[in-house]
Amino acid sequence: MDEIQKNLLREVAELDSLPVGAYNIRANGGMAARNTTADIDIVTKTDKPGIDIIIRPGTKKQSVHIPVIISEAGLKEVVYNDFFIGDDCDVVIIAGCGIHNCGGGDSEHDGVHQFFVGKNARVRYIEKHYGEGDGRGKRLMNPTTVVHMEEGSYMEMETTQIAGVDDTLRKTTADLAAGASLVVHEKVMTTGDQNAVSDFTADLNGEGASCNIVSRTVARDNSRQHFISRLNGNAPCSGHTECDSIIMDQAHVLATPQLEANNIDASLIHEAAIGKIAGEQLIKLMTLGLTEQEAEEQIINGFLK
Amino acid sequence: MLELQHIGYEVDGNKEILHDINLTVNERFVAITGPNGGGKSTLAKVIAGIYTPTSGRILLDGEDITNLSITERAKLGVSYAFQQPVRFKGLRVRDLLSLAAGKDTTVNDACGFLSEVGLCARDYIDREIDASLSGGELKRIEIAMVLARGTKLSIFDEPEAGIDLWSFQNLIRVFESMYEKTRGSILIISHQERILNIADTIVVLRGGRLDKVGPREQILPGVLGSADAGDMACSILTDKLEEGRANG
Repeated sequence: MDEIQKNLLREVAELDSLPVGAYNIRANGGMAARNTTADIDIVTKTDKPGIDIIIRPGTKKQSVHIPVIISEAGLKEVVYNDFFIGDDCDVVIIAGCGIHNCGGGDSEHDGVHQFFVGKNARVRYIEKHYGEGDGRGKRLMNPTTVVHMEEGSYMEMETTQIAGVDDTLRKTTADLAAGASLVVHEKVMTTGDQNAVSDFTADLNGEGASCNIVSRTVARDNSRQHFISRLNGNAPCSGHTECDSIIMDQAHVLATPQLEANNIDASLIHEAAIGKIAGEQLIKLMTLGLTEQEAEEQIINGFLK
Repeated sequence: MLELQHIGYEVDGNKEILHDINLTVNERFVAITGPNGGGKSTLAKVIAGIYTPTSGRILLDGEDITNLSITERAKLGVSYAFQQPVRFKGLRVRDLLSLAAGKDTTVNDACGFLSEVGLCARDYIDREIDASLSGGELKRIEIAMVLARGTKLSIFDEPEAGIDLWSFQNLIRVFESMYEKTRGSILIISHQERILNIADTIVVLRGGRLDKVGPREQILPGVLGSADAGDMACSILTDKLEEGRANG
């Protein structure tokens, strides 16, 4: 692995060396390293690119790293990863994609992740997208995440895309059985001419299912963002979606939350707020000795933390 | 030492908010009082650099700071506690105290600043400065930030507002211990008799003009007896009621 690849790995998975536990590192379209454990198996798919990650029921306090890095300009790939998380598991899954493109052709990684979360299992899923390189070629990522949650399961998703991805369409769909709970924290920052679309749909199908989607974004320069969330309450359930954006420069932000209640005991809430950094916030930090630019950075960093 | 020379501030070309203010601040505690709309907060903002005066000069230790930015004045040693503190989504009490102190704040450091204002560091240091904090809590954190800065000139705009659950005696103790540490001047905008009572100098602003300036003994009796002592009379009454309740 060269320095560029190592740096990408550091950015997306905070890894300086091979991780502990199960992992599968995909570099430039092929497998670079893999490790399985007694409880977590990783199997290459035979019908299409991608892997199956099979976690034995009852597996606790274990982690799986599955970072993807692309440093070859012009490489395009669609990868299918399926996660089978057994009943009563408690695991952390760290995914992420880093693209370094210094060539003229576009580089693209479209990851399609499916999660089958077993009864009463707990999953924390962390995903970070990062792009770099000064070539004319674009860095494109279109992640699709499909989550099937069985009774009493809990999943927390933290997704981050802070820098360097030119174009992204993030699509997430989830269906939740009785007592299942999904929490999503999304952080996005777009700059330059970047374009980001985030599209969530959650079907709350079982009694006591709950879903909380929180998106915090910063749109700078001429970038464009669109946040879509649909909560469908098909049972006595509770759902909350929140989109909070800071808009700067000539950026464009569109938020379209949608709620649909098909049951009298479905309780659904949406909140959306878009605004620039308040002048008062800048002034307060300047009275502490920060320059206007430093104040702006502090406010954005805090907002996206 | 802060010196204001012929400070005037106009908006919309002709609406005069401050008129020919001449004032020297060299004492420990200087209180600015007077009727609402008299220009007190505007004067504080002119000193902090948030508003630029349309005429006159501001000197800090002899240096002309009239055209310096908010940031430059802050670096020279001017601190300003807002009347209505600002909320920040995502920034924690620890972050703001660190920015104020100019270095990373440990729980121990934070404990020093927060306990002065009656807050327990452990409970507050990782709280976000957002809508989850009450007005009174925000106000105390705002004061703690000025303590963390420890500069030679500290300006407080109505520090007593919203902190009624905490006693005035504590607030006054904060100012006193702050002076012990910084040996600088503390400029307090207030209507509160008990705060005016600790002032070395009292300044009365009325209609954008300096109405009276002088030692407390000379100015305070006139202020209390005047028609615009309404706010003060009310606060004296509330205090008495509170004391009565506490004793009784």
